[in-house]
Amino acid sequence: MSEVILKIENLSKQYRLGTVGTGTISHDLNRWWHKVRGKEDPYLKIGETNDRSTKGSSDYVWALKDINLEVKKGEVLGIIGKNGAGKSTLLKILSKVTGPTTGSIKSKGRIASLLEVGTGFHPELTGRENIFLNGAILGMTKKEITSKIDEIIGFAGVERYIDTPTKRYSSGMTVRLAFAVAAHLEPEILVVDEVLAVGDAEFQKKAIGKMQDISKGEGRTVLFVSHNMAAVQSLCSRVVVLDNGKLVYEGEVAESVEYYSAICRERLKKEYVIHNNVLGKVKLSNLKVLNTDNSLLKNGESLMLGDTFKIEFNVKIFEDIKDLSFALDIFNDKQELISHLINEDSGLYIPTAINNSVLKISIESKELLFIPGVYNINLWVGQSQTEALYTIKNCFTFSLEQGGYTKRTKRLPKHSKVYLHSVWESKVV
Amino acid sequence: MEENSTAKERWLFEITPKNKLISLNLKEVWQYKDLLMLFVKRDVITVYKQTILGPLWYLIQPLFTSIIFTIIFNNVAGIKTGGIPPFLFNLAGVTSWNYFRECLTATSDTFKKNAGLFGKVYFPRIIMPMSIVVSNLLKFGIQLAVFIGFYVFFIFNGNEISPSPYVFLYPLLIVIMAMFSLGLGMIISSMVTKYRDLTFLVSFGVQLLMYVSAVMYPMSLVKEKLSTYSWIVDYNPMAHIIETSRYLLLNDGILNMNGIIYSVVITIVIFLTGLIIFNKTEKSFIDTV
Repeated sequence: MSEVILKIENLSKQYRLGTVGTGTISHDLNRWWHKVRGKEDPYLKIGETNDRSTKGSSDYVWALKDINLEVKKGEVLGIIGKNGAGKSTLLKILSKVTGPTTGSIKSKGRIASLLEVGTGFHPELTGRENIFLNGAILGMTKKEITSKIDEIIGFAGVERYIDTPTKRYSSGMTVRLAFAVAAHLEPEILVVDEVLAVGDAEFQKKAIGKMQDISKGEGRTVLFVSHNMAAVQSLCSRVVVLDNGKLVYEGEVAESVEYYSAICRERLKKEYVIHNNVLGKVKLSNLKVLNTDNSLLKNGESLMLGDTFKIEFNVKIFEDIKDLSFALDIFNDKQELISHLINEDSGLYIPTAINNSVLKISIESKELLFIPGVYNINLWVGQSQTEALYTIKNCFTFSLEQGGYTKRTKRLPKHSKVYLHSVWESKVV
Repeated sequence: MEENSTAKERWLFEITPKNKLISLNLKEVWQYKDLLMLFVKRDVITVYKQTILGPLWYLIQPLFTSIIFTIIFNNVAGIKTGGIPPFLFNLAGVTSWNYFRECLTATSDTFKKNAGLFGKVYFPRIIMPMSIVVSNLLKFGIQLAVFIGFYVFFIFNGNEISPSPYVFLYPLLIVIMAMFSLGLGMIISSMVTKYRDLTFLVSFGVQLLMYVSAVMYPMSLVKEKLSTYSWIVDYNPMAHIIETSRYLLLNDGILNMNGIIYSVVITIVIFLTGLIIFNKTEKSFIDTV
């Protein structure tokens, strides 16, 4: 077992909500008065976990609460969690940008952090000057930078522009240069936050490769925060999950990612199904979603890639309607419209729907070929595909799992959108 | 397990809630000396980029100020400057005062201006105000050279002026001025993070402070003409510093030892207070700024 290089003990961080300014002097004075008398800070007792969706009763929240964590040398630890789970706060404390409220972090190595690439870049300075400035900000000495400058310029691929002010650079070049500087830092512990979200695919690959080199080749420790599960899976050896400021899971990569997706699904389930009866001409009821084997699916349940998927519902008509039409919109977890299905797609027309009748509509889609992830469906009922009569927002939410539909062993890349069934052959010719 | 318990003693550093009064880690600051120099270089290179006159601005500002002071205070108001040409008298005061003013206004903005940078990466924060004080030194050097140029010019034109025999102590005076402005700037910049009102106070206050800092008049004149209010000038350490700088450069006035000692003591107190407050703010300001 390799040694523990970083130890986080009972780490908590409290933030004050609302406008800082009004009332702070009185709080400050009260705090000071308690301190003078040797009493505990009165505002530390209050505070709740950081659940943004519910309104708390106090102005103070815990962005992090009692985090305990040990990181071993040479490990690449992934830190995942929803927005606002406390990831960035943890990284900020680790990189000494802000202090903890209670608890401590002990480290056996230098920590360098990469909370954002290109911090301190000055647009008027040339690429070379910025390498020195940025390197020094990140904690390198001039000597260290001088010895590495050719390597850095080479990695960034900006040889031609190196003596041009960075304000003339394309944004991609700036990012590449900045990452190159950061990647050549030599701390024992490197803290990285979402830097891979920038740059083109080729550069991302290069960046991930570099990070792997850092951890595997050079035996340094990396703490990696990301929303990009694919990057987490390809880089990390262990992953912790943060939720509402607490460390809720710690374990192998696959299990942690699964735990995290479970949290996401739970949250998506909480998204309200919103009915909107626009004109009162129709009413929807008995909405059901069925799986391949006609078993009923509950909202939030998971489906497998390639599953058949069926939606049924009844429409009660309160007024004669010409050209009754339907649409299904399927969104991914980034709220991007992935698919738009309408009744005309399979040649169904309802020229007139007669008053007081009830129609049973069923929609079947043979194969779900989206990339595994969480999806939600909006249902739209209207007239002539233009005028809305009745809509249901988030009428069904499901998560799609990879399953055995594809024979590949690795996960489908998260940033792709659709999986197409394909047949591969090889022949000697 | 056993290995673990022995390893406990060997932590390189620890991050804890801040409670020590002064935790200025000089060793750490020294490690970042390259950063200090690079910040200085950045400031010097970038400040007058894309201006037509460039570093000439360094000269224009003090020259015009001195000319206007000479016209208003000496020609119109009739302030006597002894045997010293009024223009040179004013230029000496303005040059020293400028250094203090530039340092103070720039350092008092440290936290607010660099919030973006400070929010992303750690380095000893004091590097930033220190780099300002150092880079302003260059500007000061240029202005001093201009002053010396005029000095020589006036001597050639038959003015009987000479520096005091103690002129070699002038650099010491600059160090005191640097420390005083750095200390004051650190205090203000720390407080600005919470109470923004101070930003307005600084730009306005510095201007007012100039009038009670004996920049365009000798201290003796205030005692003579406004004896009831002269204590304001007397208690202002900057007035003593400016007065002394004129004594050293132009051999003008008298050396007030008590005043100098008073200024040095105040400077040290302000500087230490600044360090303490700055250190306290350093860790938490990112949550309040």
